Amino acid sequence: MKRLSQLFATKKQRILNVYCTAGYPELDSTLPVMKALEDQGADIIELGMPYSDPLADGPVIQESSLRAIENGMTIATLFNQLSTMRTGDAAGTGKITIPVILMGYMNPVLQYGFERFCEKAAEVGIDGLILPDLPMHEYETIYGPTIRKFGLDLVFLVTPETGEQRIRRIDALSSGFLYAVSSSSTTGSNKNIGDQEAYFQKLQSMQLQNPVLVGFGIKDKSTFDAACKYTNGAIIGSAYIKALEHSTDVAGTTKSFLSNIIAQ
Amino acid sequence: MTTKEIKILPIGKEGSGPDEYGYYGSFGGAYIPEMLFPNVEELKTRYLEIMAEPAFQNEFRTLLRDYVGRPTPLFFAERLSKQFNTRIYLKREDLCHTGAHKINNTVGQILLALRLGKKRIIAETGAGQHGVATATVCALKGIECVVYMGEKDIERQAPNVARMKMLGATVVPALSGSRTLKDATNEAIRAWINNPTDTHYIIGSVVGPHPYPDMVARFQSVISEEVRWQLLEQTGSELPSHMIACVGGGSNAAGAFYHFIHEQAVKLVAVEAAGHGINTGMSAATTQLGRSGILHGSKSLVMQTEDGQVTEPHSISAGLDYPGIGPLHAHLYESGRGTFLSVTDDDALRSAFEVSRLEGIIPALETAHAFSALKQLSLRTDNTVVVCLSGRGDKDLATYMKAMGV
Repeated sequence: MKRLSQLFATKKQRILNVYCTAGYPELDSTLPVMKALEDQGADIIELGMPYSDPLADGPVIQESSLRAIENGMTIATLFNQLSTMRTGDAAGTGKITIPVILMGYMNPVLQYGFERFCEKAAEVGIDGLILPDLPMHEYETIYGPTIRKFGLDLVFLVTPETGEQRIRRIDALSSGFLYAVSSSSTTGSNKNIGDQEAYFQKLQSMQLQNPVLVGFGIKDKSTFDAACKYTNGAIIGSAYIKALEHSTDVAGTTKSFLSNIIAQ
Repeated sequence: MTTKEIKILPIGKEGSGPDEYGYYGSFGGAYIPEMLFPNVEELKTRYLEIMAEPAFQNEFRTLLRDYVGRPTPLFFAERLSKQFNTRIYLKREDLCHTGAHKINNTVGQILLALRLGKKRIIAETGAGQHGVATATVCALKGIECVVYMGEKDIERQAPNVARMKMLGATVVPALSGSRTLKDATNEAIRAWINNPTDTHYIIGSVVGPHPYPDMVARFQSVISEEVRWQLLEQTGSELPSHMIACVGGGSNAAGAFYHFIHEQAVKLVAVEAAGHGINTGMSAATTQLGRSGILHGSKSLVMQTEDGQVTEPHSISAGLDYPGIGPLHAHLYESGRGTFLSVTDDDALRSAFEVSRLEGIIPALETAHAFSALKQLSLRTDNTVVVCLSGRGDKDLATYMKAMGV
């Protein structure tokens, strides 16, 4: 059984997906950060592939992407790092067992070669992809079959402005889960997710085929709790990246950051 | 003389427009995050219908005539013609209000935005020409205007920043990435994501997600439409042998080429900025240095690293200093329909001075690239060459003064 469906089959509530940028804060931080997230209770890891022009991201993730690029992160380097993800490495980093989703923009993926990218991702044990600037039309006509051929899930986004009919269409095309953007914003916004209760309720009442995770603006226990009230869980990104920025102890920082959020 | 009715070409017909998904050959499309979908979809479903409304056409054409100053003259450049031993005509977009062709598009888009019920306008700008053209039409219509401009460009282009502020616009520095046009565009797109319902984004070039490249090309197509009847009046033939225009994103070139794209007899010459030279690492010649990729919501030729990170271009001309090119132009390049040349900073400067003294016209640095391309073409005495004189050189005076050592 796929890791994502296995997770959602056994856990229905308060699923915590944490975003981290590959190669941040240091080039070799990728696996230690992922391991710390697993150890401290994350259910899913969303691993960001840095891009010079991330349209959907706010300043915090932009900055982390820029730093990761300066650190020398590339897709090829990332796949090298991830080659020991599911087995554990010689440096003593234990294996990652929770689902891992790669998030990134289309351009670097296209330059790497789309099919080669999917093949390599599946080979190292990636479970799914989030490609926010991949349009539905191109997914259906060009890229979808390749993604499915390698057994990867593709997670699409919906927003408060997405109409009901379109939500159903996106749900039908998505697998793994549906990424519900909490408000009309880029990542790390300060818009109040408490105002979005009606939207989360609507998603809940639609009885979609995919589990729903809420992202954008989730930064602490209260926003996590609010998002989880009507959905299966939430995604934290910018707030965790900010916590890592000056961290010299990834495990310790991750522990203090997550323990507060996960507490019931 | 009033301008004739602007032809609304059906999508995918006559080779000037994209298909229904926004593709010109393999380039175009709308590679946007879901947060932008409602805005872009609204535009996509309504722009052709709105542009075809007689009331819209009437208002647009009246403003172009009475406010912008159209039709702009087509001027036979006698001394320049003599130098190249051919016949050269200049399409005088430099005589448009605000000093460049940019306002053709901003007039069109502000009217469109008002019909969509938008209350606020955002725009990106590099050198500030599009920012000024946007701030101008926003003042004209009494609508709020926010212009995103790279922090570095704000430092380099103080007079245009002052003009925008005087016109009532707010200028927001783009602090991300390389802090130039590419990042100002990112910031404008992000601002649009954050304000999805009341705001319209006026993109200044034939770039961005579909329908922007087509919409901007249609608004700018008034350039080639006028050239056709002006040439007919002056020479007895509607068609030039060459149409020459500079290309950054490519809006003046798209407008200058538009009504000639299906006329195979017309050689379309697009001139890119070579900067210090194509292989110096300080260039903006996208067709020479770029590969197929995605930037600012469309698939086109993009200057980038092997790993797909977009690189920072260089040109002496801020208007050509962009790491991409509109998908229409990428298609003209790939299909061979367009001839793409490039001109270095130094050659462009030289041409700016030559044209100033030969014709009494100080061209913008962008336009100077188009003039310099005349030297690379084999022109015959019986050719009819049109150069799109996209803008005037006032904004570049500091650079020209430096070149003169004053």
